[in-house]
Amino acid sequence: MTETSVPSPVVVHRRPAVSDRLRWIFGALILLGLGYWLISAAVDEPERFAQVTVIGLSNGMIYALVALGYTLVYGIIELINFAHGDIFMLGTLQTQSIFADGSLQIPLLFFVISVPLGTAATVSSSGLEKTYAIAMALTVSVVFCLAINAAIERIGYKPLRGQPRLAPLITAIGFSFILQGIGLSWKGEGRIAIPQLIPDTVLIGEGGTLLDFGSFPYYTVRDLMVLLITAPVLIALTLLIQRSKPGKAMRATAQDRDAAAMMGISVDRTISFTFALGGAIAGAGGVVYALYVGTTYFQLGFRLGLIAFTSAVLGGIGNLSGAVLGGVLIGLVAAYNDGFGDARWTYTVIFTILILILVFRPSGLLGERTPEGQ
Amino acid sequence: MSEQAATGGSNLLLELDDIHTYYGSIHALKGISLNVGEGEIVTLIGANGAGKSTTLRSVNGLNHPRRGTIRFRGEDITTKPAHEIVKMGVSQSPEGRHVFPRMSVHENLEMGAYHRDKRKPEYKEDLERVFTLFPRLKERESQKAGTLSGGEQQMLAMGRALMARPSLLLLDEPSMGLAPIFVERIFEIVVEINRQGTPVLLVEQNALMALDVATRGYVMETGHIALEGPAGELKTNEQVRKTYLGED
Repeated sequence: MTETSVPSPVVVHRRPAVSDRLRWIFGALILLGLGYWLISAAVDEPERFAQVTVIGLSNGMIYALVALGYTLVYGIIELINFAHGDIFMLGTLQTQSIFADGSLQIPLLFFVISVPLGTAATVSSSGLEKTYAIAMALTVSVVFCLAINAAIERIGYKPLRGQPRLAPLITAIGFSFILQGIGLSWKGEGRIAIPQLIPDTVLIGEGGTLLDFGSFPYYTVRDLMVLLITAPVLIALTLLIQRSKPGKAMRATAQDRDAAAMMGISVDRTISFTFALGGAIAGAGGVVYALYVGTTYFQLGFRLGLIAFTSAVLGGIGNLSGAVLGGVLIGLVAAYNDGFGDARWTYTVIFTILILILVFRPSGLLGERTPEGQ
Repeated sequence: MSEQAATGGSNLLLELDDIHTYYGSIHALKGISLNVGEGEIVTLIGANGAGKSTTLRSVNGLNHPRRGTIRFRGEDITTKPAHEIVKMGVSQSPEGRHVFPRMSVHENLEMGAYHRDKRKPEYKEDLERVFTLFPRLKERESQKAGTLSGGEQQMLAMGRALMARPSLLLLDEPSMGLAPIFVERIFEIVVEINRQGTPVLLVEQNALMALDVATRGYVMETGHIALEGPAGELKTNEQVRKTYLGED
């Protein structure tokens, strides 16, 4: 008889190392400091604090939508898709075309094909016209970004499957610059205005139509719009991944690729599906951004993409709830720093957070050091 | 099992003909020929690194051979992608179990039937069948698979493979790392699965137990088939007894 060993889970009770304790103490000090700063801001100026919080939450939802794309792709093939932020940027440019010209535009290298879909919309258009423009922007931007991300995967990443992980990473950086080039030749180098369809009518706060109190506008129709688009997208995504067949194939592939193939799942098709899904969410994010923020430009994806990526790492890369949590937290931090600190330091603060997470909690807030974790 | 079939006979289900499989530049299989007939338990025994798991990976499409042909029910599946081979009726419980750790036991079983229609009554029947074979899985139905013990995970991997309603079941080292009491139970279940009509290709290091339940056996040595024959004969073969059954 060959020997059979009994697999007992080995529970090791060890005293935490000194460096572990130091990390905890240091982490706790940082949290206490942040807490003190926020609480004193809230006590000193409670009304402005409320307004800044709402801004942070709305921005955070946009970050979350972009962060989801990073995390979905990372969860399944452990690739940081650096081109993802630029996909989102193209979504904002497409939305701008639809709002400003009423046309869907397909940017080719030196010229742009325009497909008229309706008329340009402005803040004074009728409710029906606005609804049509927003619905059209959502549809077009989602399909547009989905198609680009799927095409990039097909051209740039699929042939590199099985190669060292550095290879597709370099391709991703390359695609990031190519997409920026497309954005540049499409809309030019300056910041371009996006017609604001949603008035910033105050709902809650000073002069609010729902609740009129205080001396600051707290919650506007634009904030509501962000929530009205983001929440259904998040719910649909969760249902898709938990319940649908392709969603289950995604989870299985993320957890164990070989075993997934043995279940009859086409791993290649599942990976392509994941990229398409990530692109679609970035497209929706582009519309939300366009509705909430009045301008965009070709390098938007680089900066916002880095923030969204930081959000994904903060929440635990590969973890969907983590991406949303991370996005909202980073949105809040950025808003508090803009509102109560110094706006010039906001990027520094955000990336300091990224470094601190990587040092103290590499798996992120909700991560278990595993891709995709539910 | 008795030795009713000395060779695969005429009802050949799986045929490997002179298979050469590589890992990069490493020549792992150097001309493997073997077959599995309807109703059989065929075991593939041999030391670590002999190429047993590679043989299964060649069959299930995860590692296509460079030369040779693999036929399933007469159809050439040598270069078919893994997910299509599963649909043809070959399913596997892999070495090291490879359950989906963050899915529940129930979801894991559901994944086993991924390519089948869940609304059909056969799905329910198969689920019942798996729970009858492995009552422990029923008790743990909603638990995450990653929290199961090694033996339970092995049961889950086998149950999941059965959920494909396979016409051929590939089992890779089902007894590896298990307590002796679990090992016996696993082999009883292999016999039971076969008695219910599923042919099994069983890769094992535990040669004695494997030859006890198998109809026929192949002994592998560094990428070759060194010996083959009815399990009873292999068990009494002096060379096998010396090398694999640990007798001097």
